[in-house]
Amino acid sequence: MPQVTLTVNGKTHTVEVEGRTLLVELLREKLRLTGTHVGCDTSQCGACVVHIDGNSVKSCTTLAVMADGASVTTIEGLAAADGTLHPMQEAFREYHALQCGFCTPGMVMSAVDLVAKNPQGLSEQEIREGLEGNLCRCTGYHNIVKAIAAAQDVMHGKRTSIAAAAE
Amino acid sequence: MNVVTPFEGIGASVRRKEDVRFLSGRGQYTDDINRPGQAHAWILRSQHAHARIQGIDTAAAAAMPGVVAIYTSADLAAIGGLPCGWQIHNKDGSPMAEPKHPVLAEGKVRHVGDPIAVVIAETRAQARDAAEAIIVDFEVLPAVSQTTAALAADAPRVHDDVAGNLCYDWHIGDKGAVDAAFAAAAHRVVFETTNQRLVPNAMEPRCAVGDYDTTTGEHTLFTTSQNPHVIRLLMGAFVLQIPEAKLRVVAPDVGGGFGSKIYHYAEEAIVTWAAAKLGRAVKWTADRTEAFMSDAHGRDHVTRAELALDKEGTFLGLRVLTHANMGAYLSTFAPCVPTYLYATLLAGVYSTPAIYAEVKAVFTHTVPVDAYRGAGRPEATYLLERLVDVAAKQCGFDRVKLRRRNFIATDAFPYQTPVALQYDSGDYFSTLDQALKTADWAGFEARRAEARMRGKLRGIGISTYLEACGIAPSAVVGSLGARAGLYEVGVIRVHPTGSVTVLTGAHSHGQGHETTFAQLVADKLGVPIANVDIVHGDTAKVPFGMGTYGSRSLAVGGSAMDKAMDKIIAKAKRIAAHLMEASVEDVEFERGTFRVAGTDKTKTLTDVSLAAYVPHNYPIDEIEPGLEETAFYDPKNFTYPGGCHIAEVEIEMETGRVSMVNFTAVDDVGRVINPMIVEGQVQGGVAQGIGQALLEACVYDQDGQLMSGSMMDYTMPRADDLAPVSVATHTTLCTHNPLGVKGCGEVGAIGSPPAVINAVVDALRDYGVEHIEMPATAPKIWSIIHGKSV
Repeated sequence: MPQVTLTVNGKTHTVEVEGRTLLVELLREKLRLTGTHVGCDTSQCGACVVHIDGNSVKSCTTLAVMADGASVTTIEGLAAADGTLHPMQEAFREYHALQCGFCTPGMVMSAVDLVAKNPQGLSEQEIREGLEGNLCRCTGYHNIVKAIAAAQDVMHGKRTSIAAAAE
Repeated sequence: MNVVTPFEGIGASVRRKEDVRFLSGRGQYTDDINRPGQAHAWILRSQHAHARIQGIDTAAAAAMPGVVAIYTSADLAAIGGLPCGWQIHNKDGSPMAEPKHPVLAEGKVRHVGDPIAVVIAETRAQARDAAEAIIVDFEVLPAVSQTTAALAADAPRVHDDVAGNLCYDWHIGDKGAVDAAFAAAAHRVVFETTNQRLVPNAMEPRCAVGDYDTTTGEHTLFTTSQNPHVIRLLMGAFVLQIPEAKLRVVAPDVGGGFGSKIYHYAEEAIVTWAAAKLGRAVKWTADRTEAFMSDAHGRDHVTRAELALDKEGTFLGLRVLTHANMGAYLSTFAPCVPTYLYATLLAGVYSTPAIYAEVKAVFTHTVPVDAYRGAGRPEATYLLERLVDVAAKQCGFDRVKLRRRNFIATDAFPYQTPVALQYDSGDYFSTLDQALKTADWAGFEARRAEARMRGKLRGIGISTYLEACGIAPSAVVGSLGARAGLYEVGVIRVHPTGSVTVLTGAHSHGQGHETTFAQLVADKLGVPIANVDIVHGDTAKVPFGMGTYGSRSLAVGGSAMDKAMDKIIAKAKRIAAHLMEASVEDVEFERGTFRVAGTDKTKTLTDVSLAAYVPHNYPIDEIEPGLEETAFYDPKNFTYPGGCHIAEVEIEMETGRVSMVNFTAVDDVGRVINPMIVEGQVQGGVAQGIGQALLEACVYDQDGQLMSGSMMDYTMPRADDLAPVSVATHTTLCTHNPLGVKGCGEVGAIGSPPAVINAVVDALRDYGVEHIEMPATAPKIWSIIHGKSV
């Protein structure tokens, strides 16, 4: 069986996988990082989004072997080591941008990449379009859009905290 | 010390306690649970809608790598079928047809997705590989998938012993009074519509893990359920014959339900049974494709309605005939959806004096249909609110004035409808007025004209709705055919140092109970929510519960908690009286402090709880130690949330695409505990309602093949399909539960679809359109605008 060596949330792992093993299966089943979810089988829902070398990727449509040598960040690796939430996580909490929490890890990872790739800032409509690859059945998205708008201000240094952005 | 600052009680938009867990990937959903030595199950499902199984050859599959066992119905001969929890009676008093719903297909498959065999292997991939190697010899039979076609004389039978595929033929109301009303009417309006089949699509696919302790004989099932105690009851008593004491059902974090995770499903029984048979844990997790063909679907009604009005527009009578599609088998609560959750709602917010409804439920070769967010009430609301708009247009009435004219008067409560329900409270005039103002209804024509300048067709639509929540008085639903009670259970455990654990039979799968329920405790007992732990979803921890659906958690489960807190306070007052050497009648309690009335003598709840658990100075002969109370709360009536939704849309003429531009919801959900969560529930419900109105449809072809069987084929609403929703509340209190609450989980999905379709029809008013069926997709609208079919 092929061997994959990859760094996940700063820690290096070498794992034996089948050729057909998906990255999400490696994360969930081999590394027991169950924060990354699987919500569909057609690459529509985005619950499985992680970052590979800084880019958001659907880990349900990525073979584990494709991540050989890569650096992967999952939702478990987003907060600071002391547990301080990333501004995007904080914004989701502040704006009630999650209900059942199942789409949330993928939604947050997509949102972080969307904001990071758009330092010029995003309009509400651009945020909505940027969430094309992520489904949420609970919230109706409105609070997610508000949370991302608030988080981008903090991530781009325009506000000091989510609380400040909320005011 | 228990000090509540800032205010965390009733009415505070407290941020959710559960969020940090979910935001850091530390939620624990069923598929995140792995048991030592666990094997994996894959279910082989039918690709045919209707076929006779001539034989199943598992030999090649059994020899494949990692295969532990393969089971078919022959192996399950000793276990029962999946039970139905509600029995409807026909017009003649005879019971509905209730054919067996086998766990694995027996002799025939009756819908695409019907489970045939289960393969258990060391890995999921091995189980799946082996399932593909099972050879089933099918004799494919003709199938029927469409609701009305099922009753045709020559329609293929779904069950050999159910003539005409008729599950039941039921009615409610006074036919004679309605006939008389129509005879006297100045206007008679006919409206026919289909409320299309939907797929709930909670983001978390269903999952079940069975485990078995060979030393104690105890079974454990971890499952994606909205009501673990109900699953324990149904599966234990009817399917596997396992006594409650030997069967633990755990529903951990659950990723959305919307009704689809209420029901007892075959896979739960399969993994529980197989784990005991094999002496090792067995896990099954659905693919989304599997979910499409095995999760209970929603809606699927075909209806003809007639409204009689006098010449001023007063409603005189309503006559309804609905055909409801049950699918191939009866899911757990399916029969009550088109009857007691639908036809009883046909008065809506109107004082229509005479109503008669007939409902014919039919079997077809499709996935079973059951309650989906709103369950019957969206179908009733859609029918009424479209019918009122059609009547207004046909008879020349203003659609707002026509509604207002027929509203139940605000001083008419309690109001007895002609279809069984008695509404306790409501104020439809205020929610209407507030919504009209917020949406700037009066200024709409200017916006329409402005949009026309941009080449867009703009329309506005209204829906004034009512629903029934908080199901329900057990004796009443029992008399209507429910095979269960519908109370709820709450345990309040005050620990020695004054922190509180709440055990509740309600289940949270997105609703934020860990926060809202803690707020109830903060408000009444004065304990900060950080010191309140809400435990739910485990039959080994919570005494009993009927679970979460029908917006019942707060109205019924919250009321049980409130009742248990009353008992805590009553006992604690006696202890406090002893500690303060006062008479119990003189002890007052408010938010954490006991006081001897008129004095400065006080004790905190913590003083009392410590005394209760360390009873040194304690009236031990009169009061038992400890501070824990249990309450079962059985509601006296349903609750009746209502309100007004206004949708504003723009249609792009070149493509027919509908854009939501404004949506206003003013809802009366009774007392609001956490406004932030209520707003979130309404927004989410409205999104599902807009999804039904504009995007979603579960489509079967004539042969019963599922055409919309994946998220590539079934249109889920995305962020850019929706617009901001303005949410406000106008409160009248529920008069019969201690919290005055009504429920907010379903109002969004109930009120919104007709508002959206009314807006689309309004936008198309220059094209002679009287009605457009849901979903109002771009091709349908393009065809209307351009006078061509696509």
